[in-house]
Amino acid sequence: MSEYIIKNGKVYDPKTGIKGEVSDVCIKDGKIADKVSNKAKVIDAKGKTVMAGAVEIHAHVAGPKVNEGRNYRPEDKLFTYQPTGKNTRMSGGFSIPTTFKTGYEYARMGFTTVMEAAMPPLYARHVHEEIKDTPIVDEGAFPVFGNNWFVFEYLKNNEMDNVCAYISWLLKTTKGYAVKIVNPGGSEAWGWGENCTTVNDPVPYFDITPAEIVKGLLTANEKMGLPHSIHIHQNNLGNPGNYETTLDTLKIAEGVKPNNKFGREQVLHSTHVQFHSYKGDSWATFESGAKEIADYFNKNKNMTMDLGCVTLDETTTMTADGPFEHHLTSLNHLKWANVDVELETSSGIVPYVYDPNIKVCAIQWCIGLELGLLAKDPMRTFVTTDHPNAGPFTRYPRIYKWLMSNKSRQDMLKGFKNSDKVIAATNLASIDREITMFELAQMTRAGPAKALGLYNIFGGLAPGMDADVVVYDLDEDKVKNPEEIEKAFSAADYVFKSGTMVVEHGEVVSNGNKRTLWVDAKVPENKQVERDVQMKFLKFYSMNLANYEVSNHYVPNPYVIEVDSN
Amino acid sequence: MSKTITDVICPFCGTLCDDLTVITDDEGKKILDVENACAIGAEKFLHSSDHAHRVTRPRKLQEDGSFKEITYEEAIEYTAQMLAKAKKPSMYGWSSTSCEAQSVGHEIAELCGALVDNTAAVCHGTTLVAVQNVGIPSCTLGEVKNRADRIVFWGCNPAHAHPRHMSRYSIFPRGYFTGKGQKQRKIIVVDPRCTDTASLADVHLQVEQGYDYELLQAIRAAVRGQQLTGDIIAGVPKEKVYEAAELLKSGRFGVIFFGMGVTQSLGKDHNIDAAIMLTKDLNDYTKFSIIAMRGHYNVTGSGQVLGWQFGFPYSVDLSRGFARYNPGETGTIEVLKRKEIDAFFVLGSDPGAHFPMQCVKEISQLPSVAIDPHITPTTAICKVHVPVAFVGVEVGGNCYRMDNVPIESRKVVEPPEGMMTDQQFLEAVLKRVKELKAN
Amino acid sequence: MDIVKLTLVKEPELYLEAENITPDHFAGKTAQQIGELHVHLGNTTAKISDYFTVEGKAGATAADTKIIISGPTDKVKYIGMKMTAGEIEVQGNTDMYTAAWMAGGKIHVKGNVDSFCGIGMTGGEFIVDGNAKNYLGASYRGDWRGMMGGKIIVKGNAGSDTATFMNGGTIDIGGNVDVHLGTHAEGGKIIVRGNAKGRVGGQMVKGDIFVLGQVERMMPSYILKGEEEVELDGKKQLFQVWIGDMGERHAKRKGEIIYGKIYIPAGAGAVQAAAPRAERKKKLTDKQLEQVKEAFKNQSPTVQQVRTYIYDTFDIDMKPMQVSRLIDSLKR
Repeated sequence: MSEYIIKNGKVYDPKTGIKGEVSDVCIKDGKIADKVSNKAKVIDAKGKTVMAGAVEIHAHVAGPKVNEGRNYRPEDKLFTYQPTGKNTRMSGGFSIPTTFKTGYEYARMGFTTVMEAAMPPLYARHVHEEIKDTPIVDEGAFPVFGNNWFVFEYLKNNEMDNVCAYISWLLKTTKGYAVKIVNPGGSEAWGWGENCTTVNDPVPYFDITPAEIVKGLLTANEKMGLPHSIHIHQNNLGNPGNYETTLDTLKIAEGVKPNNKFGREQVLHSTHVQFHSYKGDSWATFESGAKEIADYFNKNKNMTMDLGCVTLDETTTMTADGPFEHHLTSLNHLKWANVDVELETSSGIVPYVYDPNIKVCAIQWCIGLELGLLAKDPMRTFVTTDHPNAGPFTRYPRIYKWLMSNKSRQDMLKGFKNSDKVIAATNLASIDREITMFELAQMTRAGPAKALGLYNIFGGLAPGMDADVVVYDLDEDKVKNPEEIEKAFSAADYVFKSGTMVVEHGEVVSNGNKRTLWVDAKVPENKQVERDVQMKFLKFYSMNLANYEVSNHYVPNPYVIEVDSN
Repeated sequence: MSKTITDVICPFCGTLCDDLTVITDDEGKKILDVENACAIGAEKFLHSSDHAHRVTRPRKLQEDGSFKEITYEEAIEYTAQMLAKAKKPSMYGWSSTSCEAQSVGHEIAELCGALVDNTAAVCHGTTLVAVQNVGIPSCTLGEVKNRADRIVFWGCNPAHAHPRHMSRYSIFPRGYFTGKGQKQRKIIVVDPRCTDTASLADVHLQVEQGYDYELLQAIRAAVRGQQLTGDIIAGVPKEKVYEAAELLKSGRFGVIFFGMGVTQSLGKDHNIDAAIMLTKDLNDYTKFSIIAMRGHYNVTGSGQVLGWQFGFPYSVDLSRGFARYNPGETGTIEVLKRKEIDAFFVLGSDPGAHFPMQCVKEISQLPSVAIDPHITPTTAICKVHVPVAFVGVEVGGNCYRMDNVPIESRKVVEPPEGMMTDQQFLEAVLKRVKELKAN
Repeated sequence: MDIVKLTLVKEPELYLEAENITPDHFAGKTAQQIGELHVHLGNTTAKISDYFTVEGKAGATAADTKIIISGPTDKVKYIGMKMTAGEIEVQGNTDMYTAAWMAGGKIHVKGNVDSFCGIGMTGGEFIVDGNAKNYLGASYRGDWRGMMGGKIIVKGNAGSDTATFMNGGTIDIGGNVDVHLGTHAEGGKIIVRGNAKGRVGGQMVKGDIFVLGQVERMMPSYILKGEEEVELDGKKQLFQVWIGDMGERHAKRKGEIIYGKIYIPAGAGAVQAAAPRAERKKKLTDKQLEQVKEAFKNQSPTVQQVRTYIYDTFDIDMKPMQVSRLIDSLKR
């Protein structure tokens, strides 16, 4: 395999502790190497930034609700479609890109690993078909557990062994990566048109509370020692005053110690926290709760978060929080799609226009950035937009710009129509911190990789790790205009994925050989769970058990992470 | 001696039953029996096994109107040449094949700057247009089985078109919250005709033909407690309209199933649009969903694959090098009528039997290839007919049910000797097209 | 204004996509340069000069440019798409998407136009002397923002789905319109001087529709509010005002609900029931049936053969199910 040496770049690598010093990075046989022979191809990175490939911890890029979003928004493709290229299929979709576009755009920005945030188990095969058609980036998907009938029954009866056996079985059957929890209990309540908006609201008929669901799954996850922690989208998303629900949820993890062999140090990952950091009791009194939330995260070091920053675009919201989407359509009257999935979850889609001239949208924009800037530990704070909910992932470079340049933020604040009201309701105007390049590497590579339990493979440039390396045409010390930040991160100079050059001067040059990551957690044989699964399929599912499992040819290039959960 | 294969998926209609049992001979060459399938599904399996009557090699139309057998290689060459040379070819059908095969077809279409379209163009395409206008609150069929106590069949007749639908999902099953089965469900049928499905209804609204849109808007107004104009509304007495609204509101989980009766009658997508909006409105009072009764077993799949690869579910135009979409312009019926294409490729569908005659005439005049295990009215008018193995019987592949749930169909018997699958045929065509386009 | 004259001298075998024919694209160019601009036919690209002769020259800006197009332009799509200023005059007919996403300026087609014309219009004036087909002044698929501004005048008839999702601007139809006028409208003004087939203002949230001829059957979800004097064409007239769509949501302003309104001339009489919309099954006369029987005497024809025969001989497109039943009945 090819050898490369990336010479003279300013390297930012939390794994090896290099903070911008000029350093060479060697690639050999698909891995980072100590050194290479003189036959190695030389990449001149002088005056440029070198980092490991970025790791996307949460985006909605593959699966039934993503595709419903694509099919029901032809207008999302108007006038921005890219034609077939030399190495690329045609690609389109602004807020919901096609699978080809997803792979290409992530790669061009220097992302090499992407996690699909929510996979409904009944539809897992669909998720994997789309993952297969997403070029270049390694991907994994998180099956949802927080509204699952098996989980409800086992947790209600305190049967921890059964929960673990079921989690192991479902991860294997769906080829999934982690335990995802979305609006625990609430999406099952939505099966009757109801919701759970506090952690103590019992789920109709199942009589279990969100707090119990979260606690139970958290315990199971640690018992099994899975690579990632539970990954949670809390109850009460999007409502003024919901920061209290967020704190109630996070408290469940307080003091719990992580248990795993993957270097993971958190027991809970809280996702798109921007949507969960709202104070006030109505849209009129809406204000930022970012300070309270950030303070809590700063004090409790056994949790991680991703931001969910609003980008102020017209975008599409889509989430397994079915009741929230119904609420949103009653506010903006835009087309609403919904799918409730038997025994498992629900989902909804509604387009949304984040208009900077609307006070609430501008405040939301502030909150996402505040959370990032008030966080003391960039290794536990990750940049996302909950793509496409708060904005398309193609806007990440713009978010980096806002985080790294106080001037760009202040200019935005001054430009808002309701500037005074927005400033009064938020903290952003008084924050002048600028995220450094090293901190950005923590927030976009090292941190997410570590939180996923993949820090030995991705997110760093230590010898032996996968050769996912990115060169950006940017020198932190020579930036005159914040726009340069956005420009440089939008199209990397070079991107290597597993040692293969996939992007050169911002253009895709190879489709690479992407892999699907999934977790095989070995648990003791459990006859009770086997029997329960058979019974529920026989009586309540609309599909036969034998047809449920995702067979191996839907995962043609698997990367299986094995865990001994005995 | 025989072999029994369980959990077989039936590759016929959108109900995509996956509980069939197929019994084959020991060598796995002949199907002896099929259990659990409806009459139509069983027929598909048993008929395929009748190799004596199968066409097993491609045929080419001769000057005198007869067909002469040609090799697969010759058929591949003809197809590749036709598609590669055309200025605006159409690749239509796709509804009776696997997602894996559809995907290869799309690659060819992209290389050739073709139109790609599936049978939604004559069926539930109007549903897809309505969804694009107003969204769709929906659920999986298991939710219907486990929760529903109000079932509406609007403009469809599952007793005939989706025979096992009512017993597997919508009327009879006893689910988690529906232990009393049919007894705790109220069935409403809206149909101008007295169909077999209507005979099971608690309420049968005999809507005046062509006025479903008016009736839907009237029910919506009734749900909102608003006034209506007229004593008879779309053929239904006004009181019955208000009663229907109350019946729907008083349930705890309702589902509307709909079909050709509204997707292809006057107004088309507007009818579905109004039905979806009614479903949405009802969610302000109770829980309601709406599901389209998709016809072919994988038309939904074609829409899914087109969706994630190009961003549109049907009637996709790739001729400019980037995807465009506008039924009414890019749909196969209109491009044939307006003579906008110069080559026609059809796989897994029978437009010759279902399209307007003007379109059928146009197909017979164009360079054309039909991929189909059977001899059909379509193959009769195309220049080359390529038979392939039956998906779901002789080769497996992924399919999507009417509620978008993906189920992988299986291979239960061997195809006749030497026959290709459509995926294999398409891959060979793709290879040749790449060579032709490289020059 | 500087004038560019385009004459179509070569008819395209398929259809021509001519989104480059706008004052914006021509501005600042010579006839030679204009001839070099691309047109598209299926997956091939050609130049304007491959199909048109080009005379004259463009103005320095779009606003200073007028384009006069002659020849058999029936199969040319996208003329005037997205134009912001200037003028286009077409002597004959045009195909689809004429004036699509128009933002300003003026387009005048002396003949007929096809479907999807004036979609997504935000400004300018689009005049058609002949007829328009379907989706005139509508939104693009899926977009809840249809026509936002500008003026469309069609002196003849318009087809179905006119003004879908209209938000603003004015559409004036001299003749009749087909079904589904102003569906989902949230603003704007529509005038139909002839008759309107059913489903006027279906699902309308807000907007004003005037139908000066007959409305085939008013939607049952519209209520007669009363009579009102409203100004139209510069003079006040008495109209019946119907408000609705009662099945749709409506906003409130100062405590009052804002409905969509349909105005029909006062004294028009009660809106009567229209002819039934049942799809009449195509029937053959006894003589025609005899002819079919004779043509296939002593044969076992397929459905396809008989269907083709009926189409070729009687110009009737009969559905396959019906043909099948016909064959059965003839056998007896």
